[in-house]
Amino acid sequence: MISIQNIQFRYPHGEFRLTIPEFSATQGEKVAIVGPSGSGKTTLLNLLAGILTPASGVIEVKKTAINDLNDANRRDFRIRNIGFVFQDFELLDYLTVFDNILHPYRITGALKLSEEVRQRAIHLAERMCIAGYLKKHPGELSQGEKQRAAICRAMLPNPSLILADEATGNLDPANKTRILDLLFENVDAHEATLVAVTHDHELLPRFDRVVDFQAFPSGGGL
Amino acid sequence: MDSLYLAWQYVRFNKAKTIILVASITLIAVLPLALESLLTESERQLLVRAESTPLLIGTKGSALDLVMNSLYFDDEIPELMTMEAVERIHDTQFALPIPLYVRFQARGHPIVGTTFDYFEFRRLSIDQGCPLTMLGDCVLGAKAAELLGIGPGDDLVSSPDNLFDLAGVYPLKMKVAGVLAPNHSADDLAVFVDLKTAWVIQGLGHGHQDVTRTRDNSVVLKRADGNVAANAKLYHYTEITEDNLDNFHFHGDMSIYPLTAIIAVPNDEKSGALLRGRYLDRDDTEQAFLPAEVIDGLLQNIFRIRNVIDSVIAVVGLAMVLVIILVFTLSLRLRQREIQTIFRLGCRRAMIGRMLLAEIVLILSVSGVLCMAVLGVVNANAEELVRRLLMG
Repeated sequence: MISIQNIQFRYPHGEFRLTIPEFSATQGEKVAIVGPSGSGKTTLLNLLAGILTPASGVIEVKKTAINDLNDANRRDFRIRNIGFVFQDFELLDYLTVFDNILHPYRITGALKLSEEVRQRAIHLAERMCIAGYLKKHPGELSQGEKQRAAICRAMLPNPSLILADEATGNLDPANKTRILDLLFENVDAHEATLVAVTHDHELLPRFDRVVDFQAFPSGGGL
Repeated sequence: MDSLYLAWQYVRFNKAKTIILVASITLIAVLPLALESLLTESERQLLVRAESTPLLIGTKGSALDLVMNSLYFDDEIPELMTMEAVERIHDTQFALPIPLYVRFQARGHPIVGTTFDYFEFRRLSIDQGCPLTMLGDCVLGAKAAELLGIGPGDDLVSSPDNLFDLAGVYPLKMKVAGVLAPNHSADDLAVFVDLKTAWVIQGLGHGHQDVTRTRDNSVVLKRADGNVAANAKLYHYTEITEDNLDNFHFHGDMSIYPLTAIIAVPNDEKSGALLRGRYLDRDDTEQAFLPAEVIDGLLQNIFRIRNVIDSVIAVVGLAMVLVIILVFTLSLRLRQREIQTIFRLGCRRAMIGRMLLAEIVLILSVSGVLCMAVLGVVNANAEELVRRLLMG
């Protein structure tokens, strides 16, 4: 499903350097990434999403070398195939929950918004127990409800890869478990691959595999 | 359509910011355009009225005050002249003199004392009721009747010249005889009375009980040689009716009774020139001039003022545009995180541009519609607004 070979990455202005000789995950696999802050976990997710481009090496998602795609095609590939769940939810205040879930369909021509998609969004919201909040704005929701809305947004295009960057980091213990249950449930339903960065060691046994990022003085690596 | 939808959601959610932006842009656009429209209308009104008045005669002084008072019934009263001047013009046989006495007001509307010739000269026709028939009658301009909410058969009381003058003349309760058809000029807002009624309002003519026949000696101060002097107890009429009409009288020589101006309607161009020639003597206390010339001079000044106003508005507008650019720039900075999120989701750069453009287009469109609506209202009421705002 995803495979990384000999990745070298360095931010243009900074000392940080990331080297990943090899990393892969199969379809339906749930992989947890752990490691100290600054070790490059989020950078790895951004590389997998095609948001960042490595200096060298190959990143393949669904057998597509995303670092070989041009910027526009990479964006189209990302919005169709990769769902991103952010730690701070990153919902837009001015949109209702329903519009936030549909947002990926409104910002690209790669996805077509149809009645079927709307119905799917409602169904997804029902499964995430936020159907009653669809007309509300994010400001009116609790942290847990916001994260569920963010998961709905990431899941709606049926992505084959879900990237979760400390998706439960801002939640209380009860909500953490609930959100992870819902995330896993949706990932299983779509046979998607999940790569999740987390600091929460209590949650690790629930993942199929745990990858530990080691801290290096000037960056990270596997 | 999606970028427009998202833009609409954004401006709708940020109501206060949007309203301030829309109001600022609307104001920038409306101010010069509305001012232009009102000034154009004021020029038209001033010129039409002035060009339809062939010659104006009044006491030497400010020609502009004289024109504004005589043609637009401005409350700035010019130096007064006397009825003798009317007779002098009659005697020349060069023109028809139409005396005007525009000095008093009734509930904010100018009372215009004149003769029947004025109505014929201005082509004013009665729409309701009848023309002036007796002393104390008044005829209302169409707009004045509408604003005062009165019509034929109702009463209208003249406003006191000075509220604090206890020894002053009593207000006169006038009977509304008729209402004029709309004329779309200053006449619409005026209250027309006979010249003598205007003098009664001033106190030059009055009516009171007949002291020669009264049995109440308490009102008599002195009787001598058939003359009776009354004291302050004597009852003065404040309304002219058919019953007390005969008790109204004027004291002294009416040829020295006051006027504010005379409109002279010359028989022909040559008569007009000859009549004007009569007033060229430096020692003469009166002047004759073409109102159009005075208004032309006024318009030149308006043009100059308009240029200054236009420049000020342009500078303020430029400053406002810069502020709006700053607002959009700051808004972009504040929305960096949102833009980053949209990028990370997979949005193309062009789409971000389209969304921001849609917001600008939306705000400009709403401002444009508002601007057109305001201008529509201003244009529809320009005639009335000019009369109320610019011509008092």
